[in-house]
Amino acid sequence: MSDHLDLEGWACPAPLRDHPAVVMGHGGGGRLSGELIQHLFVPAFTGGAQGTALGQLGDGAVVSAGGSRLALSTDTYVVRPRFFPGGNIGDLAVNGTVNDLAMCGAVPLFLTVGFILEEGLPMDELGRVVDTMAAAARAAGVEIVTGDTKVVDAGHGDGLYVTTAGVGLVPDGVRVGPDQAQPGDVVLVSGPIGLHGIAVMSVREGLEFGSDIRSDTAPLNGVVQALLGAGCEVHALRDPTRGGLAATLHEIAGSSGVGVEIREADVPVPDDVRAACGFLGLDPLYVANEGRLVAFLAPDDADRALEILRSDPVSAGAAAIGSVVADHPGIVVARTPIGGTRVVDLPLAEQLPRIC
Amino acid sequence: MRYLDEFADPVLARRLLDDIAAAVTRPWAVMEVCGGQTHTIIRNGIDQLLPAEVELIHGPGCPVCVTPLETIDRALAIAARPDVIFCSFGDMIRVPGSTDDLFRVKSRGGDVRVVYSPLDAVRIAQQNPDKQVVFFGIGFETTAPANAMTVLMADRLGLANFSLLVSHVLVPPAITALMESPERRVQGFLAAGHVCTVMGTSQYAPLVEAYRVPIVVTGFEPLDVLEGIRRVVLQLEQGRAELDNAYPRAVSAQGNLEAQRVVADVFTVTDRAWRGIGVIPASGWRLADRWAAYDAEQRFDVGGIAAQESPRCRSGEVLQGLIKPAQCEAFGTDCTPRTPLGAPMVSSEGACAAYYQFRRLGAPASAPAG
Repeated sequence: MSDHLDLEGWACPAPLRDHPAVVMGHGGGGRLSGELIQHLFVPAFTGGAQGTALGQLGDGAVVSAGGSRLALSTDTYVVRPRFFPGGNIGDLAVNGTVNDLAMCGAVPLFLTVGFILEEGLPMDELGRVVDTMAAAARAAGVEIVTGDTKVVDAGHGDGLYVTTAGVGLVPDGVRVGPDQAQPGDVVLVSGPIGLHGIAVMSVREGLEFGSDIRSDTAPLNGVVQALLGAGCEVHALRDPTRGGLAATLHEIAGSSGVGVEIREADVPVPDDVRAACGFLGLDPLYVANEGRLVAFLAPDDADRALEILRSDPVSAGAAAIGSVVADHPGIVVARTPIGGTRVVDLPLAEQLPRIC
Repeated sequence: MRYLDEFADPVLARRLLDDIAAAVTRPWAVMEVCGGQTHTIIRNGIDQLLPAEVELIHGPGCPVCVTPLETIDRALAIAARPDVIFCSFGDMIRVPGSTDDLFRVKSRGGDVRVVYSPLDAVRIAQQNPDKQVVFFGIGFETTAPANAMTVLMADRLGLANFSLLVSHVLVPPAITALMESPERRVQGFLAAGHVCTVMGTSQYAPLVEAYRVPIVVTGFEPLDVLEGIRRVVLQLEQGRAELDNAYPRAVSAQGNLEAQRVVADVFTVTDRAWRGIGVIPASGWRLADRWAAYDAEQRFDVGGIAAQESPRCRSGEVLQGLIKPAQCEAFGTDCTPRTPLGAPMVSSEGACAAYYQFRRLGAPASAPAG
């Protein structure tokens, strides 16, 4: 062990001291998740250096190696239940990492897969997940090239956890990043929001909504390449997964030092998602998606970008939902359907159903 | 979508706003009692669309916010026990007690579960006969019937492992307390529609009489809230004080008689401490003595746990509209949405939390009142 490490004297950095132990909210994609990353992981891994790849805080990192710009990303999947309407943990794991790479402006190429299996997991269930992963990789045009398997004692896991990592190439001239949004940019979302979160919740909680809400899990590398290939001046891309559209808009506003204004009436929310959210006291802006992207791009290219998105089935429901402003940097404001405004705050952790 | 879209129609909203603006000639302070209505107001920006003369005071009607500190501390003590599965409505999980919240109890191994219906807790008790299952029964009159049903169901099923931690609060005594305050500012009330769905409207007539104050039973969609405000403002401008029902699609004069029977069987009226406000006489329900066997406070012997609220928190004055949140010394320093000292900073639609968000926007002029 290095002499420089003083683990006895390690002190938890503020504001993590509010939580002497990890709580579920640290994985919720909200403020607590952000604090864990910014106050523990980033300083520890960068040693406080500025301008590091980790400091980009993107869905993936873009690094230079051998004259190429590579995008790297990794993600771990612990979804419960493992099977839900519209998908399972397998396609989530492949599409999630493919999408994180695509959001860097990269062409995803290769994935690695790690499995943590709990003793007793039915083999046919594992088989179905693996088959789904293979199909998802084929559909996204990526190759799974290596992996790892661990088995833990019964009771020490939740059946099956999957980790994927991926690498992709960023084409010359593409400069997409969470810190690149500019005042004047138009904000697009590639389709209706809230489907994945509500689909999973409806199965997990045994809720019957009288409708078939299916996860939107899908690879987005195709449409991203179409947008960039057509020369659209895209500044920032992000897939609004945990924390939903609200958290994604926040992250871009914060990283780019700009304000974001959305028109709530223009945000596509399916009727059954709206009904389920109304019933549970949830806000669809905060519900997870697994096959949507948010694009910040130059206003002159907005119409063309919408046309490109709408011509692909995974983004047929694309819509322009707002714009970037120089005012109120780091803050997202929604114009409500009846003409009022509200601050769309970044939640502390996952949103909880309201009693009233 | 039926029952949602037609009650959020922008054209009709504009018309109601114009009617309110045309009617108002001087300043009025109107309180929406229910946290659900506050949520609608904040979420739709209704407060900023009203004429400046109409000040909305966000009342003490968020059940999560007003649940007393000591009750939360008792909940935390029970939830931390290894033999307990503790079930709660979702938004109660993050509300801080004196030093802790249910999330952190869960992180230390406590079995804390969010349920969507109180009856889910009874089912969990059936499925886990070797565990004590406790449901955190909070809320106003709205949630009381379903909470009361858990006791009747547990009794019918012979479940000895189920109990209820009760901290119910009642709207009419809170209105009385507000109107009896020597510094009272509220001139008209939007009464909580869903409370009246259960209890009917008759309890409010004596309040209208005693205090000469307009009370309009109001729903929860944007047009419902605007219509409630319009009717209160019209009464105030015309010098009337009447009980009016602007939510007839859900509220009848007599309310839900079956629900009232269940509640009367299971609960009995008691004095209740409201977080940030203090004890209001006869303002809550506790389990009736004949159901004491289902009382979690007794079963786990936590009745002795007491708690001291922060003396720096002036939420009682905020909830009465006597001061703006920013006038409290702790606002934005010791008291933030992440480290709330008092009720209105706890939930996102609490008056202080809402004000905090707008201050960040740098637009204090449009900040919600009170």
